[in-house]
Parts: sequence; structure tokens; C-alpha cells
Amino acid sequence: MKSLLASLALTTALTLPGLALARPVTLTTTLNTYGGDGAYLALYVTDASGAYVGSLWMAGGKSKYYEHLSDWHRATGGDTAQVNGITGASVGSGRTLEITLDLADALFDAGYTIHIDAAVEDMRDSPNEVAVPLTTDGAGTPVSGRRYIASFGYDM
Amino acid sequence: MIRAIHRWPGLLALALITILSLSGAALSIFPAAERLAAPQAEAGLTVAALADRIQEAYPGVEQIRRSPSGRITAYWFDQGAPGAAVIDPTTGAGVASADPNQAERWLTNLHRSLFLGDGGRIAMAAGAAAMLILSLSGAALVARRAGGWRHWFARLRGPFAGRLHVEIARLAVIGLVLSSTTALWMTASTFDLLPDGGAMPAAPAEVSGQIGFAPGRMPTLRQTPAAELRELSFPYPGDATDVFTLKTDRGTGYLDQGDGTLLAWVDLTGWERVSETIYMLHTGQGAATLGLVLGLMALGVPAMGATGVLVWLAGRRGRPRIRGNQLAGRSETIVLVGSEGGSTWGFASTLHAALTEAGQSVHVGPMSAFAPERYTKAQRIILLAATYGEGAAPATAKGFLDRLIALDRVPDMPLAVLGFGDRSFPDYCAFAKDVAAAARAKGWPELMPLDTIDRQSPQDFVRWGRAFGDVLGIALELTHQPIPPQTTKLTLVSRRDYGAEVQAPTAILRFALPRATLWQRLTGAGFARFLAGDLIGVFPDGSPVPRLYSLASGRRDGFVEVVVKKHPGGLCSGQLTALEPGDTVTAFCRRNPGFRLGRSRAPLILIGAGTGIGPLAGLVRGNARQRPIHLFFGIRHPDSDFLYGAEFPGWQGEGRLTRLITAVSRGARPHYVQDVLRGEATEVAELIRKGARVMVCGGRDMAAGVADALVEILAPAGLTPAVLKAEGRYVEDVY
Repeated sequence: MKSLLASLALTTALTLPGLALARPVTLTTTLNTYGGDGAYLALYVTDASGAYVGSLWMAGGKSKYYEHLSDWHRATGGDTAQVNGITGASVGSGRTLEITLDLADALFDAGYTIHIDAAVEDMRDSPNEVAVPLTTDGAGTPVSGRRYIASFGYDM
Repeated sequence: MIRAIHRWPGLLALALITILSLSGAALSIFPAAERLAAPQAEAGLTVAALADRIQEAYPGVEQIRRSPSGRITAYWFDQGAPGAAVIDPTTGAGVASADPNQAERWLTNLHRSLFLGDGGRIAMAAGAAAMLILSLSGAALVARRAGGWRHWFARLRGPFAGRLHVEIARLAVIGLVLSSTTALWMTASTFDLLPDGGAMPAAPAEVSGQIGFAPGRMPTLRQTPAAELRELSFPYPGDATDVFTLKTDRGTGYLDQGDGTLLAWVDLTGWERVSETIYMLHTGQGAATLGLVLGLMALGVPAMGATGVLVWLAGRRGRPRIRGNQLAGRSETIVLVGSEGGSTWGFASTLHAALTEAGQSVHVGPMSAFAPERYTKAQRIILLAATYGEGAAPATAKGFLDRLIALDRVPDMPLAVLGFGDRSFPDYCAFAKDVAAAARAKGWPELMPLDTIDRQSPQDFVRWGRAFGDVLGIALELTHQPIPPQTTKLTLVSRRDYGAEVQAPTAILRFALPRATLWQRLTGAGFARFLAGDLIGVFPDGSPVPRLYSLASGRRDGFVEVVVKKHPGGLCSGQLTALEPGDTVTAFCRRNPGFRLGRSRAPLILIGAGTGIGPLAGLVRGNARQRPIHLFFGIRHPDSDFLYGAEFPGWQGEGRLTRLITAVSRGARPHYVQDVLRGEATEVAELIRKGARVMVCGGRDMAAGVADALVEILAPAGLTPAVLKAEGRYVEDVY
């Protein structure tokens, strides 16, 4: 299993709720062996009303394919500035993506939700593959996705 | 220049291009297979009806996609489990798995990136660029060789590898240009270098907030034919703010799930349309037949790679390093070479070595480097000039004629021109002749008259060397062997003698067929494959220069036969005509593709005299298809040198020979073969008008006489031997 480790500077939107305190969070996404090419994954956060707040990570380098991450694409209008500096390679079938970033404390237990949109060439688009509320209790409890993601969890 | 542009990308990118073309050819099958396997929608089916059918079969449907082949795939969730299937549009039910084909996926990744990600994509794009350069430069070379774009499909002559290379190229080049250009476009698109990204409509500000309006009732979907559909995405169950997303051949839009209204729409941009067309042309998805054709053309690439390398190697082998080449300013003899493939350099090298041996200082260089002001010590200039295509200057002689014509004053030292060519071309040694004519017109003193070397004949070169040596007052023996041939020992089985009474002692010599090794049989090397009219080279004792004779039999006949006339003082003919059964000779076989029957069923007019009857008799003997053959045969006396006289009646009885017309040159009414040809003028003209092919074999004087007679015979029909030659319907094998 190949792991990706990345330490991230936060996008402005995600640091706004509480400037002072942040903690390192590791997001681990393991894919099924779905038998296709590398999956594009968009990890992003929405607030309690469902409105897009900001992106955490984009796995997949070619912006022309971002439209297949349809929820993320609709929320951002396909704006690649949203994932500037937080873009990596697509994730192969059966592989694991691990990213570590500093998330503001204020994001937890405040109705925010982490979403992952997934898409694979010549296979179904899977927007909202995973939607997990950001809670302190939820940390370390993996959930499975709808089609491509075997498990997703966040650890603090 | 064009040749270098063609050669180096070809050699450097050969492996890459081979992988590209083979994987591309394999991939071309999939769109066609998909087109055949996919259940097609009935005419007039709308997206609304299709969506209804699918939703009935799969209530949890999330997305419907239609590929350019017409294959419709549905994706759904059923109690939390994802499902997907290829849909039969007439029922809406799944009929096959929607999983991507693993072989196709593997091939696609190999084809576009060698499994190496973006680096591999760039490498493959470089391969495509090399292919494009090769295709364009190759096309320019073919056009130049054929004598213009209008002659694109002109008959090819020359060595087999080169002919095969051009034969495949001129069929496949259009497909290769298309595939490589579209490949480059697609790579540029993948790397976001083109503004062809899909435009999405802005998210609708306001939706009805209702859910449950069946897609079958939505006006937009009811107006959209299923054949235009690309993708229909359903809203999330339970999310009233979500919408239907529709993508068609015309654009993308959002539909309200509560009342079916069209909330937003954008058309495809011009760039998108261009990119999609290019994608279709490259992959064959949506144009399966074109894809198969392109795949077939791509299959020609490995064959062209192999033959291209062979052509290159042959050129290299034929172009030796010239040891001890003197500077032009210090040499007594300047040898300038005009060569296209490189073989003429070998002759130059031999000449250089022999002259150096004789104590001369010699400079060898390309004709394009002609600079008479530098030849301060030179006493003579020798031009060895090949011809390219229809009389064009070969590669290393570019610009020579212009420079010669532009000279204010021609050099004082005398000039000799030696032309290299192939008599089966209509423009035999045309460039050498042009050069000699231009030199004469300028008043350049002549050292020796123009002479020619036919098909790299070592004998012709020896003959010219002797004449040149006489002029210089030295004994010059030019032993040149272009490519050392693989020789075989042949054992004489039988001989039949003719012509002693008419001072033309001639023998039909029949040798046993040598056993061919497995390798020879596979490659057709040695005597494993030969036809009547091919050449046999015999090395006489006491000379390293082989003599060429035309074969009077093919491999199928089961023996090797030649007709040899004993020349007074002839080394090789003397030894051959002295052979007794059981004796052996050292020989090799050389193809003579310019002297073949061709595949058509048109009648043949074979014309020969003396030993020239050999290959013609062989062609008659092998004429099992009973193609009409009219044989004109010139002999001296029917009782003496009527070669094959015993066989002709049998061949006529078997239908292998339609008519035999002999010309007897001794006796009461002497006749030459051109005379009897004139006597049959009406029939000959009629036969040629109907497409007959003329093949002439024999001495040079006879061939010239025959050509003159045919000029007269064909004039009323508006034809000339030159026209027939250009069409490949008039071939000569003369000596």
C-alpha cells in the first residue's frame, strides 16, 4: 500500500471559524479494488446548511476531468484555484490515500461535513461518495463509501 | 535533406512507434466490437421514454450514459448497493456487464502512456510527432521518387525492401498522418494546453423545491432523441435542491425535478466540438469503420520500420569509408559522386583505391560540393552519377547542374561522366546524360564519352575501367563487388549444343537444383526462390568479377538452366561452354524484379534473339495459366541454332505458347526479328492496344532495332515504346 503524506497549510475559508486553535488531522481513504484506472477524489467541507466551505485535497492532476466530480464541480464552478497547492496524483484501485492537515478546532462539532466525490475513467461518476460529519467523537471510526471507497476515516 | 529528416526520427523512434502502432491497431477493434454488440435504440426513441423504461427496471437509477457506439449504460443504487449494466433500450433492462474491458484498459494505458503517467504520455506524444514527421517527409520522398504527386501510385522498381516500404507507405500514410496529428491534439488537450474544456451552466439560483416529476413527462427530455444523449444524471433521492443534469451532442443543461422545466443550458463550444471530432477520428469511437481502417494502416508501421532499417543498412553497407582521400586542391584526379541510396559511393571507393595504387593522388567527394576553382592541381574530373526517379538529380548531386550552367568558364581539365542506372527504368541514366549534355554545351573538354553502368554491373565497371586506364596510360583493373553475394556450387546435369555451324556455338546448360537450407527457404535467399528471367552470377576461375546470365528456368522447373554463347576469348563463357555433366561452377542468384510477367491475364509479346531466348523460353515453360503468348524469335539458321526447337511444339500443344514467329537471318531471304515484327504490325498493334505486355531479351542492337520497329508499328495507335515503358508494359533485359 502506498501512502501519501502531506502537511497542509489551510485554505482561508477553513481557518476562519477559529483562528487561534488548530490540530493536526490525518484523513485516510482506502479504495476498493474496483478494477479501473486511478480514481480522482475531491475532499471538501460543507457547513450545516450544506453550502461549500472549502477544499481539503484534490487527488488527480488534470483539471479537464474535474467536471466528473460533479458535486464539487457544481459547488465551486470548477474553480481550480480552490485546490491550488493541495493537488496530488490520482489514487489507484485498492490503494490508500493518507493526508495530514491542520484543521481548525471550530470546524468540529459545529455541523460541518467532509465530502468526497470520486470519478474513474470509463466508469460511473460517484459524487458524494462519502459524507461524514466532523465530530470529535467520530474520529477513528471509519465509514465505507458508496462505490469506490472501502473505508474513510479521520484521526486526531 | 528530406532523406535525413526521414531517416533519423525513424531510427530513433522505431521502438516507440512500433508499440504505438501495434497497440493502436489492437485498440481499433474495440469500438467496432462494441458497435456490433451494443443493443441499438429504435428510431425515434426519446430520452424521456428511455429514462422511463430504465427507471421502471431500476428505480434507484442515478445516471444513464450513451457512448458514441450507441451503447447505453445505466448506474443505480439498489438498497445501498451500487449496480451498473449495459441496457437494452427497447426494454430498459440490463443485458450485459458495464465493467470496463480489462484488455482494452491495459492496451489504452500502454498506448497513451506506457504505464508511466505523464512522462509516458509525453514520450508517446514524441513518438506521435516522430510518426508525423516520418509520414510527411516520407510522402515527399515518395512523390520525388515517382516524379511528382500526380504519379503517387506509379509502378515501383528497385530492391524488394525499398519497394515494400513505399508500397505500404503510400497506402497507409494518410491514416498515419491522421492518427498522429489527432494524437498530438489529444495530448495537448489532456495537458490543458487547449481551451477545449467542457463549459457547465451556472448552478440554478432557484429550484421549485418539489420532487417526483417523472423524467418521462419532462418536455426537454421528450424533445431530445435518445441518439443525441450523452449523459442524464438523476438528482439525489430526497434532496429537493438537486436537479437533473442532461448532456447531449448539443450541450449541457439542468432540469428541475419538481416541474421538469429547463433551468439552465449551455451549448458546446466550438473548441469542444473540434476536440470531440478529433477524439472520434483518433479512437474510432463513433466511427468504428474508420477506426478499423486506421488500425489496419497502423499495422503497416512495423513492416515499414523493418524494411526502412533494411534500406538504411543497405545504404550504409554500400557506402564505405574512403581511406586516404586526398584534399581536392592537391589531387590530380577529382572523382565526384552523385548518389541517392549510397551504392555509387562503393564504385567511387573502388576507383579511388585502384587509382591510388597506380600512384595517382585522388579526391572523392559529392557532386554537390563541385568547386572547380579549388581543383588547382587537377588534371581530370570524373563524375559518377546515379539518377533519382525520372531523371532527377540524386541526393549528393543537388545543385550541380545549376552550378555548372552558371559557370563563366568551364575548367580546362577534361571531364568523364559515368552514369549509374537501371535499364528497366524508362529514364535510364537520365541525370548523367543531362550532365554530359550540359558539359558539352558549355564546351567542357571531354576525356571520355559518356558511359553507363547497368544495375551496378561489375562487368560494366571493369570494361569502363579498362577504357579509362587506356586514356591514362595505366593498367586499371576495377574489381568492384557491391555486396558480396552468397554463392552456391552448381553441378551440371546435361548440356545441349547448338549453332556451331553458324559460328555461334551456344549451349543450353542445365544444372541440378541445389538443396536450400531452411533459412534460405524462409527468406528466399540463394536459389531457394527464383523465376525465369532472374539472374545468375557465375564466378569464372581466374576472376573475382562475376558474370551475369539470365535464368531460363524457375525453381518450380526443378533445375537451373542458362543459355550461354561462347564468345571468342570470353573467360566465363569459355569455361561454361566447356563444362561436362558432373562439373561444377560457383554461382549466386540475383532477383530481376523488373523482368517479370506481372499478374494480369493480358497477352504477352515476347521478343528475343540468340541467347535472349533463354528467359523467354523459361517464361513460356512456366506459363501453366495459359496466358496468350506470342513469341518472336530471331535465329541464324533453323538447322543449327534453333534453341528449344524441340520443345516449342509441345508447349504449343499444351497451350503455353499461342504463336511462334521465327526470323531467320541467314539464307535466301535474311530476316531479323524486327523485320518479322514489322511484318506482323497489324496484329502486334492490336495486341498492344488491348493491353498486351512486351518483353524483350537479347543484345543491345537487337533491342534498339525492336524499339525502332515498335515506334513505327505503334505510331498509328498514338502510342510509343516510351509510354509503354512508363506504364510498365514494355520491359527489356539487354546485354
